[in-house]
Formats: sequence, C-alpha cells, structure tokens
Amino acid sequence: MSEQTTTPAGVDESAASSTPMVLAEHVSKSFGSNEVLKDISLEVRRGEVLCLVGPSGSGKSTFLRCINHLEQVSSGRLSVDGTPVGYREVGDKLYEMHPKDAAKQRRDIGMVFQRFNLFPHMTALENVMEAPTQVKRVSKAKAKARALELLARVGLAERADYYPAHLSGGQQQRVAIARALAMDPKLMLFDEPTSALDPELVGEVLDVMKELAKTGMTMIVVTHEMGFAREVADTLVFMDGGVVVETGDPREVLANPQHARTQAFLSKVL
Amino acid sequence: MNDASSGRATTPAPAGGPGAAPVPTKVVRLRHPWRIVVAVLLLAVVAVFIIDAAQREAFDWPNVGKYVFDQRVSQAAGFTLLLTVLSMIIGVVLGVILAVMRQSPNPVLKSIAWVWLWVFRGTPVYVQLVFWGLLSTIYTSIDLGVPFMEPWVSYPTTALLNTFWLAVIGLALNESAYMAEIVRAGLLSVDPGQSEAATALGMSWGKSMRRVVLPQAMRVIIPPTGNEVISMLKTTSLVTAVPFTLELYTRTRDISAAIFTPIPLLIVASIWYLAITSVLMVGQYFLEKRYARGVGARPDTGPGPVTGAMSAVDAEIAETAIAAKHGGDAR
Ligand SMILES: Nc1ncnc2c1ncn2[C@@H]1O[C@H](COP(=O)(O)OP(=O)(O)O)[C@@H](O)[C@H]1O
Ligand SMILES: [Mg+2]
Repeated sequence: MSEQTTTPAGVDESAASSTPMVLAEHVSKSFGSNEVLKDISLEVRRGEVLCLVGPSGSGKSTFLRCINHLEQVSSGRLSVDGTPVGYREVGDKLYEMHPKDAAKQRRDIGMVFQRFNLFPHMTALENVMEAPTQVKRVSKAKAKARALELLARVGLAERADYYPAHLSGGQQQRVAIARALAMDPKLMLFDEPTSALDPELVGEVLDVMKELAKTGMTMIVVTHEMGFAREVADTLVFMDGGVVVETGDPREVLANPQHARTQAFLSKVL
Repeated sequence: MNDASSGRATTPAPAGGPGAAPVPTKVVRLRHPWRIVVAVLLLAVVAVFIIDAAQREAFDWPNVGKYVFDQRVSQAAGFTLLLTVLSMIIGVVLGVILAVMRQSPNPVLKSIAWVWLWVFRGTPVYVQLVFWGLLSTIYTSIDLGVPFMEPWVSYPTTALLNTFWLAVIGLALNESAYMAEIVRAGLLSVDPGQSEAATALGMSWGKSMRRVVLPQAMRVIIPPTGNEVISMLKTTSLVTAVPFTLELYTRTRDISAAIFTPIPLLIVASIWYLAITSVLMVGQYFLEKRYARGVGARPDTGPGPVTGAMSAVDAEIAETAIAAKHGGDAR
C-alpha cells in the first residue's frame, strides 16, 4: 500500500495538500463540571507522525475521541482535512450532523485501541473484512483479497482463520491495525496501542507502526514508548491536566524539556 | 509467536533431580466411594417406585397406553407446540426490538418500550388472555380510516382473529416484555469497547447492534431464552382463558371428563409435555454451539486460553432478569 493517500473526490489537489490533516483551535471539552480539555490548539500536517504523551487522566484519550467524534467538543473548533468534525459548515454557522453523516466521516479515520477491541465472534480475516463489506459495500471477494494482503503486511497471513481469543495480545493488536487500515483511512489514531501488552510483545506492534509511518500515513499516537517517539515522531506533544504544556521536535523535547512538568513526567517514564 | 505452547495441560513434573533416571510416577485418582453408594440407593428407590406404580390401579396404564397416541391428543400436542413456537418467535422478535429501543439514544423509543414493559409485565398473563378473549366484545369491528370519521373499511373482529390467533397474540405480547429484559441483559454484557470499535470503523448505531453487539449478546441471551421456551410450553395450558380449547392440557382434561378418570390423561399430557421439552432442549444445545464461536479451544492445539465475553457479572445480570420474572408473579 504505497499509494495510501486517498484524496476526497472533488477536492483540488494543491488546496488539499496545504490544509492540515487535523486542526484544533481552542478546543475545550467538559464532562459535566469536569473540564478535561482546556483550550487546546494543535495542528497535524499531512504525513506527520505526532506523539501525544502525558500522565494518566490528562485528557489524551478524550482528545483522540473528539477527533473522530466519539465525543463532542464543548467549545472550539476541530477539523479533519478541512472539514469540521461532526458539523456541517454553512456560511458562518455550524449545524450538528446527522449520526449517519458522522459515521461517514469516521470511515476516513482509523482508530486503534489500548484493549484491541477486536470482534471476538469473528476470525482475524472476518474482523478485517467487516467494515469494508458492511460499511463500504465492497464485494466479499475484493474485501477478502485486500484483508489477506493487510494481514500479510502485519505478519499474520497464516493466522487469518484464528479467532481473537486464540491470538496473543501483540497479534490481536496487529489485526486491529489491519482492520483499521482496511478502510483506507487518511488518518490513524492510536490510543496507547502497546500499553496492554506484555513487554516482549510491544516490539512487534511498534514495528508495524513504524512501517506504516514510512508509507506516509498521518498518525497521532498516544504512547508511553519514548523510544518510538524519538525514532518515528515528527512532533512530540506533552499534555498535562487538559492543556498542551510543551510541543516540539521529540529529540529536543526528550533531551531538553523546557517545562518543569515535562521534566517531572519524563523523569518518571524514561 | 510461539503461543502454541501456552495453555497446554500441565504434565506431572518428573521426579528426581536433573540427570537422574526418570522414576515412573503412578497417578492415583481421588476415589469417591459415597457417590456410588448414594447412586445405588437412589436406583433402588426408583425401582421400587416403578414396580409399585406399574401395579397401581389408579394410574390406569391400559388407558394411558390407549390415549397417548390418540389422534385427538397428538393433534392437541401439535397445537401446543404451534402455540409455543409462534408466540416465542413473535415474543423474541418483539423482545429484541424493545430491548434495542430501551438502549437507543432516542427518548421517544425509550419511553414506548418502558410503558410496554410496565403494562405487559405488570399484569398476570391469565388476565391478559381473558382480555384478549374479550377483544371482540370490546371492539366489535376493526376499522381502517381517519379516527371519528366513517371508516374506509371495517371488519368484524371475530372474522379477523379466531381464538387461536388471539391466544398467540396474548402469549407473545406478554412474553415480549420478559424477553426484552433478557435481551437487554445480553446487550449490557457486551464490552462497550465493541460498539466503540464498530462506531470508529464507520458503522451506524443500528449496524453495530446487528453485526457486533447482538451476536455477542446471544451467548448470554440463549440460556434464559431456553428457559422461556419451556416455560411458554407450559403457559400455553392457560389459553383456555381466551378460550382456545384445542391445546394439550384442556384437550386431555376434556377427554378425562368424558371417561371419568383424570389420572391416566394427566400422565398422557405429562408424557407429551416432556417429549416436546426434550426436543426443544436439543434445539437449544445446537443454538448455543452456534453462538460459542470464537470462545473455547483453539482449533489446532489443545485447550487454549478462554477469554470469553461473558463474565460472572454478566451471568448475574441475566440471572437477575430471570429471578425478577419468576419471583412473585403468578404466570
Ligand atoms: N465519558 C466520560 N465521562 C466523564 N468523565 C470522563 C469520561 N471520559 C473521560 N473522563 C475524564 O476525563 C479525564 C481525562 O481522561 P482521559 O482522556 O481518558 O485521559 P488519558 O487518556 O490522558 O489518561 C479523566 O479525569 C476522566 O475521568
Ligand atoms: Mg487514555
């Protein structure tokens, strides 16, 4: 899958490449009185790999979930590929989308979860085929060929007929990545993809993600794997208490954190 | 990736240190002598009971033999089975719809489902069946048209719904309320991460229900539903309230009234109820096997790790739904 960048039909190529893939402007999110995200502004360029780090409860998952509209932002503006997430822009007004249209928007955004969330009643192959056949109405034969190709890419061709319960954690997560890729997303969100894995299984998942980054996929990765961030990420964002504390080149931030909170956090995880 | 070795049965550790010739170890299983004693005793009691029963006049075995394959009886058994199957099918379909409505984000759908449950679970099924029997008295005709205006078409109720269909409707609507709770327990037992993953893949709420959540909920739904089917089989004996009189219990009672001996026909009815139950239980076995996909042993090796979706908590939810039903009310 070298030609992964799928441009939406009708969008001018040059204009498309200049708009950032993800643009967050003053995004806030509250659950009741609990303000989880506070005035987040952030830009992710096309093909960029952004690593999001920060202590537990700092709002990283919530931010990812807002990007594909699993949560609704409370205020501010969040757009993916130039389109506001979950809203339709007409003139200077934003109209809330019908759930069907929001679902359509999510097709272009792949998400990988900490707990894999594979469908346990389907084999690895069926997991990968599910969304293309059910959501995009791709023919069974086509979806199968593509799914096998993706499973081979994550090194699991010979496990296609296994149910998730019969795969190791690392294998399950690789299937989950293949499942997300089957929808040909233009953006991949990873929420602590290796945090639920035994240490010896982390490498195989990170390897798949590195390969993916090399193909030019735009990725936002919430992780505690600083080695991965240093090696693969273009940008490192440190979040704490719902605010972006520090942003920069991962090698610089990791070697020379500017902010006291970043220093405190890094001293714990490094 | 050498996961093939995980989850294997443990083998007894070889005795002796490294290098020493392996000493053959004989494993002596724990014996359970009391089990055998109790079983023998029970068998003896059963044997005595059977020998005694075979000789007892009151059981009237010749009449049991005569009526068990009587055409009226087997036909009645057919009606009972038909009532059970039809009302269960309708009850399950409505139950799934109601349960999904209760989980839906739409407050209108939620309220409709709630009121439905409140009415059909809150009144005895016998009372409901009597009401359905009185339907043609309450509503003498069924009209199509604008309310309070001359109807376009009008049918007499008795021409549209005979007592059989009234019985089916009565049983099915009552059942739907109980099935709704069983299905809801099943839906709640599925990890929320599942519908989240489905949503993230771009599936609509309905599609993720149908393709991802419901199939997994089935494992929790089927056992109590098997209970419901068997319970329904026996509840059909109440449709005499409609009155529909061609089912097994009423039919055998009518025959026994004519020949003045109640006991042999009770035995005949019991034999048929048991026979039908047995057939239904076989059906349940195969359904459970079908929905156990993805759980249990790995195809190519020995027993693998079982990471089923159903935890003890889920089982408890399902149990509570049943307990709530069977506790108290006289169904
Ligand atoms: N659905 C929710 N309802 C209420 N509070 C939530 C919800 N989701 C997350 N939170 C709260 O938001 C805060 C940030 O959570 P999260 O985004 O998961 O942090 P992180 O992923 O960085 O550990 C936490 O305090 C959490 O309790
Ligand atoms: Mg998180």
